[in-house]
Amino acid sequence: MKRAIITVTGINHTGIVAGISSVLANFGVNILDITQTIMGDIFVMALLVDITGMDDVTPLVERLLEEGDRLKVKVSFEREEIFRAMHRI
Amino acid sequence: MMFTTEEILETIRMIQVEHLDIRTVTLGIDLLDCRRDRVEDTVRSLREKLLESTRGFLDTIKKVELEYGIPIVNKRVAITPVSLLLSSLDIEDYIYLARELDKTAIDIGLDFIGGYTCFLEYEISDTDRVFLRSIPLVLNETERLCASIVTATTRAGINLDAIKETAYIILETARVKNNPIVCTKLIVLSNPPPDNPFMAGAFHGIKRGQRVINVGISGPGAVRSAIERLPKDGDIVSIAEEIKRISFKITRAGEFIGKEIARRLGISSVSVDISLAPTPQKGDSVARIIERIGVKHFGAPGTTGLLFLLNDALKKGGLMASSSVGGLSGTFIPVSEDKGIAEAVGKGALTLEKLEALTNVCSVGLDMVPIPGDISPYTLMGIILDEMAVGVMHNKTTAVRILPVPGGRPGEWVEFGGLLGRAPIAKVNETPCEGLFERGGRIPPPISSYRN
Repeated sequence: MKRAIITVTGINHTGIVAGISSVLANFGVNILDITQTIMGDIFVMALLVDITGMDDVTPLVERLLEEGDRLKVKVSFEREEIFRAMHRI
Repeated sequence: MMFTTEEILETIRMIQVEHLDIRTVTLGIDLLDCRRDRVEDTVRSLREKLLESTRGFLDTIKKVELEYGIPIVNKRVAITPVSLLLSSLDIEDYIYLARELDKTAIDIGLDFIGGYTCFLEYEISDTDRVFLRSIPLVLNETERLCASIVTATTRAGINLDAIKETAYIILETARVKNNPIVCTKLIVLSNPPPDNPFMAGAFHGIKRGQRVINVGISGPGAVRSAIERLPKDGDIVSIAEEIKRISFKITRAGEFIGKEIARRLGISSVSVDISLAPTPQKGDSVARIIERIGVKHFGAPGTTGLLFLLNDALKKGGLMASSSVGGLSGTFIPVSEDKGIAEAVGKGALTLEKLEALTNVCSVGLDMVPIPGDISPYTLMGIILDEMAVGVMHNKTTAVRILPVPGGRPGEWVEFGGLLGRAPIAKVNETPCEGLFERGGRIPPPISSYRN
């Protein structure tokens, strides 16, 4: 299974979860896990998603970044292995 | 979720705020089988092999960059040293080959191609002399080709005649177009590693394999921020521990990215250079790390001790993280590329002599240092010799990438632009040393080189 972690940070307001998850739904990307916290005023959300079978993630990443701009939040996309390399011995 | 929010955010912060990036992915390519009797045939063969060996290289990097979210700044190629590919007494042959290499690099879309290299630590052959003479012309006429001259190794000792020739070559390179920036593509080396991903000194070592991926990581900003988060009055051990921790993480990220690119290109060999390489970007400075630990300006008394700590902790963390550590793997102190180091020179806190002392405890040498263009050739020879001695004695790589500024005076700032940054012209100790170089010959290797 190919997985990625999408991180969303920014000033908290309504519609962030809906906006990002609808982009994922449009690409047929399944959300496996989701965590969300508010640190002060900052909204932080991390989504673990399944991208198995997606050969080129470019359109998805571009669309996510666009949606981030629209929602005025910062969106990052990283394949999961990079977190494992950095945080697990 | 298999990772905590803190872990995820730490990675994101390191990349987005602290400028953690893969500074370079350098593809090493063996070109020894491209040698032919006629230079035209050699050049054709080189070009064909370079085009073939780099197929998919840039596309793969772009994809990996996007999928893993880590910027990859430079895409380069290091080749078998040109002086081993061509032996000619006609300077035009070298110029022709260099132009074609540069053109090929541009056609492929590489940022740099390294390997216009010769080895003079034992002797200077007749063809070496022709090769040397070609360097000022070649570097002024080409865009992306980088040259390096090896004048010393711990096994051979230090070739004073090679240093003498090299000093004139550096001065001539700056003089052709009155432009010191050309000298950023020329470096003098002792004990060069065969898998260095960084320019200008990258070349593909003999028997390193047909294709190798060499990765260089950059993370001074991440190290500085981690130290800033520690209590200001904490014990020095806490600093060393924190540097090890961060070094482990950034090395693991670099190794992972390197292996992923190599896997996709069908390459089995990966080498990770764990050097801490600064950039002129705000906060991405080695000097700021040292200053944060406790000296007012980089270069103040105490700097050598702190740089030793930083360099050593970096290696301990990096070597724990990867079994493929190679290249230079130390802390770089390039004057113009590190805002804090350049400022320290401007404030008079850092002198050329202190810079030389610092290279005893870090990588890589007198790097990106603007000096007055009217420097005596002999003084330049003396500066190179002293730096070579540091490398030979300590059995490590040292380098001199010095930038003579025509008409420049000490203290005047010089702009190089982009990642090359800006710096004030350093004051040079001009006490004469001619007698030494009139003797010539080779300083014998140190006793520490006799290990059998």
